[in-house]
Parts: sequence; C-alpha cells; structure tokens
Amino acid sequence: MVLLLNAQQLQEKLENLARAIAAAAPRDVPVAVVGIRRRGETLARRLLPLLERAGLKPAHYGALDITLYRDDLTTIGPSAVVRETEIDFDITDTWLVLVDDVLYTGRSVRAALDALTDLGRPKAIRLAVLVDRGLRELPIQADFVGLRTDTQPQQSVDVRLLEVDGVDEVELNGRR
Amino acid sequence: MAAAKSAERPVWTRKHLLTLAELTPEEILHILDTAEGFKAVSTRSVKKVPALRGRVVVLMFFEESTRTRMSFELAAQRLSADVIEFSEKMSSTKKGETLLDTARNIEAMGVDIMVLRHGAAGAANHLAQATKCCVVNAGDGQHAHPTQALLDLFTIRERKGRIAGLNVAIVGDITHSRVARSDLRGLQKLGAHVTFVGPPTLVPKSFEKLGARVTHDFDSILPEMDVVNMLRIQKERIASNVFPSIREYVRLFGMNSERLKRCKPDVLIMHPGPVNRGIELAADVADGPHSSILRQVTNGLAVRMAVLFLCQQAAMPDVEA
Repeated sequence: MVLLLNAQQLQEKLENLARAIAAAAPRDVPVAVVGIRRRGETLARRLLPLLERAGLKPAHYGALDITLYRDDLTTIGPSAVVRETEIDFDITDTWLVLVDDVLYTGRSVRAALDALTDLGRPKAIRLAVLVDRGLRELPIQADFVGLRTDTQPQQSVDVRLLEVDGVDEVELNGRR
Repeated sequence: MAAAKSAERPVWTRKHLLTLAELTPEEILHILDTAEGFKAVSTRSVKKVPALRGRVVVLMFFEESTRTRMSFELAAQRLSADVIEFSEKMSSTKKGETLLDTARNIEAMGVDIMVLRHGAAGAANHLAQATKCCVVNAGDGQHAHPTQALLDLFTIRERKGRIAGLNVAIVGDITHSRVARSDLRGLQKLGAHVTFVGPPTLVPKSFEKLGARVTHDFDSILPEMDVVNMLRIQKERIASNVFPSIREYVRLFGMNSERLKRCKPDVLIMHPGPVNRGIELAADVADGPHSSILRQVTNGLAVRMAVLFLCQQAAMPDVEA
C-alpha cells in the first residue's frame, strides 16, 4: 500500500483544482458543476466553496448517475446499482465542469458524456479529476488534474472521502 | 470503472418477478430505490436511456389490458429495448397451441424478457420454469400483480415518506382481486397494517388468516386510515349473486366527499384504475387533492423500468461478485 494523498494533501489538490477551474472559466456563460456519483459528486460539492473563494460562483450544481450508460452492463450483471441523477437545471448553454475522483480507462467519462448529451447541449464540457492514474482505453483526457500518477492495471486507486468513507485519503493498493 | 470494486453483494439476483410473496423486504426496497433513479428519465428532453439496448421484450397478454400493457411497453422502450407484442386474438393459441409451446417459439426468436398477463393463477411461475428468458408477471388470475403492488408501495412512500406503521385500507372485491393480494404481501413485508373492507360475500373473514384485519363497516375505520385503496368493481360480477345492488354498494363502500371528511386530513386515496366514477369512487374525490391515481400511473412506468432492468441484469453473469 502506498499513501498517495493524506487529508491535508487532498485538500490542497482540491484547492489547486478550484483555482485552475476558476482561472479557465468564461465570465459570460453560466457555470455548472456536475459530479459523477458517488465520489465525484462529493468532490464536486466540496469544490463549490473553494471555487467561490477562487472568485467563481457556479450557477448550478448537480449529480450524475451513469449506471444506465455504462458499456459493461452485460458483464457486471446484478452489481449495477442505479442511483438518482439530480440535475434540476437545464444544462444547455452552460459551461459544465464534470467532476470525478479517478480517471482510469475513460469509460466512466464516456458514459457521463452520453448521459449529459441526453440532458441537453452544454456550451462546453470540461473534465476535472482528483487523480489521473493513466491506462486510458479511450481517447479521453482531463482538463484539470489534482494528481497524476503511473499505475499498473492490477493495482487499485482507492479514494476515500469523509462524507462517504469517514476518512480523507487516497491509497494505491496492489503489487506493482 | 474508476476504482472498479464491488463494495457489497448485490441485493437483487432474481431473473424473474413472479410474486411479492417470495421477496424479502430488502429486495422490495431495492426495486423502489432503483425506480427512484428511473423517475427522472420520463421528465427529460430525451426520455430514453440505453440500458437495455439490443434486448428484446415480448409482451404476452392473454387477458385484456390497456394501461398495464402500455406501461410495460413504454417502460421497455425507455430502456431502449425492442418490443414485440403477442396478443391472443391474432395468435395460434386460438388454434390450440399451449402456453409453453407459444413461449418456446417466441424464445426461439431470441427474446430476453417475457412479460406475461394470463387468466390462470400460476401461469407466470409455469412459464419461468420452462424458459431461459426472464419472466415478469403482469397479472396471473386471482393470484398476483406484483408491479401494481410495487407502484402502490412506491406512491405511498413518495407521498407519506414511509410505509412502516401506516394503516392502509383496501376496499372492494377482495376475493377476486390479485391487486389486493399483492398489495397485502408488499405492505406487510414493509411493516404497514392492512385492513380489508367490503361486503361479507366479497371479503370473507377467512382473509384474517393472511394477517389482514377484515371489516364490513367502512365508516368505523375511516378515522384511523393513512391510505385508502379503492379497488375497481368489476361490472360483470355485479350481475352475480355475491354482489348487493350497485346502489347499496355505493352507499356502504363508495368513497365520496362525505366519507373523506371523516378521514385524516392527509389521507391518501388510491385506485389501480380504471375508475368507475360514481361507484367505488366519487368524481370529486378521484380528481381531488387526496387522490394519487395519476401519480400511480406515472410511477408505474418508473417501477416497471426498474423491474425490467433488474431482472435483465440478474440474468447476466456477475463477474465482480
């Protein structure tokens, strides 16, 4: 086990993300922050006050469940758990920041993009992730990254958050 | 996908939905929770998700039904499944084919889910044993109508915030009602108290063995009820001698504004539809603020999407578990 981020480092990475997003955001378009359930949602909610401190007040916040858009539904079978998508605003013509905890194969993000397309047509979608662990299987890249780290497929990057897991930390588990 | 690990064992592992009697409270709640996730699909601009893309659902209705069939059809379409219909009128059962032969022929066309409405109790179980498809019971004889009960439970939870501890009256022809049986099972498992109400010929005391309270005096129980579910009176039964006259039935067991005044101020009035206005339910009550009739129809769609999705997922190999 390798501790990639402790609680304080995780907080710093989030503040860095918030500053980078605030600097890049357009001033004339409403900004929406949408987290992918579940940990992306938690991170997105935490980003809101940090973004305000960095000078950006997002107009909208939402949570996206991508289960119904996954491309591996036929292989994960009954493990698929459908949760609610809570996006109670029109995403059309917003500058939408999609937030997730870990960027890995890119398939979650592909599913999220499809789900968002069914909800409307944002002016732009940007991707913010806490950890980019490499090993992409699709041509998808993040615009804002907290931590970049090289990993092996047999390893797992475990993001634990206070609200969900009772502790703030990011671990790399498994043999190299 | 990101951190691809399955935290807990899946709650739902059944490829068929046959009756609520065999489900655990956790399984029932899992369907209701999953349905919450499907509710929003019907309110978006694109009312479709790709979850069952490439799957085939066959609607096999051996009994007349408009709304249940349409609800299942739309639910399947909103999951992006292909839907084919089999109706007895135009079919070979008229030429003497048995249910199982019909089912095997349909299965041979590569169908994934069979939704069955049949006049014989146990038809869905029978089918489930004989086919590799998922089977969803859309009503079998006087036995069960699980998706109706699930949408009733969903609507009660939505409006009341809970199900446990509620007093629920089910009023009407209990003897011949699969809705009453399925509602009773579901409500009991989730901790509600059920009272069956109706004339002795349609609500015999023997139903107490199922764990419900039985009364023939509607007015006496009104003040305690949180939910009153008015069943449809089947016109064809009125002709038979188990039934009092319509006028007597309306006087003793019809829900109207006078009776509504004696109920709790936040009582929920339900009806599985279609309503006989002026018989079991007065028009002003059916259209009033206490009524959840149209809400039930809307929720039925989300619940049926959840059921089709969960059964199909359970038919897949679970590599993460």
